[in-house]
Amino acid sequence: MKFPRKFAVPVAAGLALAFGMADAAKAETPKKGGVLNFVVGSKIPSYDGHIEGTFGMIHPIRPFYSTLIRVNPDNPSSPTDFVCDLCVGEVPKGEDGGTKYVFKIRDDVKFHDGTPLTADDIVATYKKIIFPPEGIASARKAFFKMVESVEKTGPNEVTFKLKFPSGSFIPSVAMPFNFVYAKKDLDEHGYTWHQKNVNGTGAFSFVQHQPGSFVEGKKYDGYHHKGKPHLDGFKAISAPKMALRLQAIRGDRAAIEFRGFPPKARDDLKKALGDKITVQESDWNCILLATPNQRRKPFDDPRVRQALSLALDRWGGSKYLSKIAIVKTPGGVVFPNHPLAATKEELQKLPGFGTDLKANREKAKKLLKEAGVENLKIQFNNRGVDQPYKVVGTWLIDQWKQIGVDAEQQVNPSPVFYDKLRKKFDFDVSIDFNCQSVVNPIADVTKFLGSAGNNYGGYKDEKLEAIYDKLLRAETEEEQRKIMREYETRALTQAHLIPTLWWYKINPHRSYVKGWKIAPSHYLNQHLDQVWIDK
Amino acid sequence: MWQYILKRLILMIPTLVGAAILIFFLLRLIPGDVCELKMAGAGLYADQEQIDICRENLGLNRPILVQFWEFFSGFLTFDLGKSMWTGKEITYEIGLRFQLSLQVAIMATLVSILLAIPLGTISAVRQNTWLDYGVRAFSIAGIAIPSFWLGIMIILGLLIFTQAWFGTPWMPPIEYVPIWVDPLANLSQLIWPAIATGYRYSAVATRMTRSALLEVLREDYIRTARAKGLMEKLIINRHALKNSMLPVVTVIGIEFAFLMGGLVVTEQVFNLNGLGKLFVESVTNQDFAMTQALVMLVVCVFIFTNFVVDIMYAWLDPRIRYA
Repeated sequence: MKFPRKFAVPVAAGLALAFGMADAAKAETPKKGGVLNFVVGSKIPSYDGHIEGTFGMIHPIRPFYSTLIRVNPDNPSSPTDFVCDLCVGEVPKGEDGGTKYVFKIRDDVKFHDGTPLTADDIVATYKKIIFPPEGIASARKAFFKMVESVEKTGPNEVTFKLKFPSGSFIPSVAMPFNFVYAKKDLDEHGYTWHQKNVNGTGAFSFVQHQPGSFVEGKKYDGYHHKGKPHLDGFKAISAPKMALRLQAIRGDRAAIEFRGFPPKARDDLKKALGDKITVQESDWNCILLATPNQRRKPFDDPRVRQALSLALDRWGGSKYLSKIAIVKTPGGVVFPNHPLAATKEELQKLPGFGTDLKANREKAKKLLKEAGVENLKIQFNNRGVDQPYKVVGTWLIDQWKQIGVDAEQQVNPSPVFYDKLRKKFDFDVSIDFNCQSVVNPIADVTKFLGSAGNNYGGYKDEKLEAIYDKLLRAETEEEQRKIMREYETRALTQAHLIPTLWWYKINPHRSYVKGWKIAPSHYLNQHLDQVWIDK
Repeated sequence: MWQYILKRLILMIPTLVGAAILIFFLLRLIPGDVCELKMAGAGLYADQEQIDICRENLGLNRPILVQFWEFFSGFLTFDLGKSMWTGKEITYEIGLRFQLSLQVAIMATLVSILLAIPLGTISAVRQNTWLDYGVRAFSIAGIAIPSFWLGIMIILGLLIFTQAWFGTPWMPPIEYVPIWVDPLANLSQLIWPAIATGYRYSAVATRMTRSALLEVLREDYIRTARAKGLMEKLIINRHALKNSMLPVVTVIGIEFAFLMGGLVVTEQVFNLNGLGKLFVESVTNQDFAMTQALVMLVVCVFIFTNFVVDIMYAWLDPRIRYA
């Protein structure tokens, strides 16, 4: 029987599609085994997540631990999607007007040393983080200012009581630094034991750490997320030089680097290895800010600060800088993809974000003239790190030159840079940055408050503080969004801190690495339980 | 000879004390703070209260003289304390890196000697011939090319050529394996930095061998040996080379000491977890305790190497020990 020619093409296409889909389905079934080698560009100060703040610790140590809740590993790009890790079911909603959160704890979890996890471990962990004893550091204590108490309220139940309802509570709990420790370890060995020892409930158990060289982990067979992890183990290799990390991926000494590379590095890798490299990209919860020092004249004058903001061509800068640096998206005080962030239309109404660059700069010049500083000279403190500090710093100088401001850039090594910014306040304008892990706008925007411990502008703005106070207590998202616009308008009109561009995360990696999804922060989604190797 | 050795040993004490005072107080002049860097360096929010707790725990709030005495007395009793960055024992941190740095230093010195002495000798014996010009050009290139650049070129070259020839790019391993665990993996990682730095240091030693040998070859006793009818090979090997080695040994000794703590950039390029990398990290982290210990270690290595060189002087030239 002759096959009708007119059906040949559709049938062939159908068969190809069917086989293609089958192949795709097969390709997406995780394979078991293999060791993931990845490079880390920073160092491990200690293993204690509760006191550290660097990805140099998170990338190699996070896979040994679990957290109470976490960013959804299947949807990490969403800034609002959280799932249970050590709790059961859904992430709890606030009760009693948002002042009470009850977590049901899993009863099938064991620490790597065999100790079963109980509600007591969760309570002890969070008490250490929120109410550390005197002399014990806790880097994220301030994120839990709204918490009144954390108690065991049942055999497998933990209740957090809040002083006031807060939209930033759940994102704070989901922070990847909140490793859950065994109460037994804290009681027997003390609160500093975890700085040098590891005993978690994560997907991998600790094998060895050669300081300055690598951290090795192996699959934990008793992991509570059944069927995971897929890998037999991992090796986090320390490689401080970016060029070497790049070459390590090219030479297949490492499969991935989780922090991110600049666009040129992505292009080079892609050019050299073609489809053996897969690239994942995302907006990054990190922004460089120009901070005018309001202890010094004329930076105490809002007209001068606003002029410095009006000079910036953020939309054009986004286009050009994103080709050479790890920055891209223009945005206000909130991470661009979050529901609380300003829309493009809302943003364009703010000073310095309008698209009529000529008008912006004319206004800037006028403001400088009114302030009596037409030939303003600036001493600009910048950090001696290429990506993206020096690139953005050079761009800022050029932008300010367009309105007649002469900025002298002083590029300093990190310790000197911090000393000038945080201790001596020896700058006219300085680069500063706001990089967070979980996108938690209500906590993240405190950076703009004069009273914030990490604000170095030297100003008081009672009006902004009052708006923030309202924001902190707003219960519904709609209300939060409305107050956030008020807060943003005030902060950016006063130009206490001048936003440049939000960072852009680019992760080129070996195509055989599957299951890892990029998140808006290099701190997130690093438990590695869903990662597998397709070799 | 024993008196000579004793004198050299006593001279070490003021050098060590001076170095300890200098490094301790110079470090304190650098702006910055290990706690700030640790807790807020990545840009995350850190409470001032937490930074203060960190300072208190590390003893940074105590009077400077108390801190100095703790450091110096610790050094005298071989208790170097703990790293301010990792909290681990400094002896443990240094011990881990020492074997790698020592191996690279020995391998680079061997590469340097294997290149320098034959080339320097050929250059001197065949003075002003094309061979001499070739060796001189080779050694001047070695001085002119920074070893880190050569290192980068070696890695890129390996990646590009292996991809072109075998279809898969290859680069040396980036994690250290001790030679007794896996000699092949160890050598395939360390041979490249040894070549990159060994070539650089061979250049200086080659030129030194050449000029020293030329000087000796013009001595009266060499003329006498030639007049006696001794074979040229014997004259060079037995009479000229040994006597020309004095400045070469000095250069090689100093180079070896420098390699022990000075491979800062090469270690970064090849991702070697050695003392140079640790040095850079501890300085950038403002880890005073570690930096002090490393400086004192390098001072000790220099002093010891100079001591060995002095002893070799006395062995090579009896006039020195009798003087």
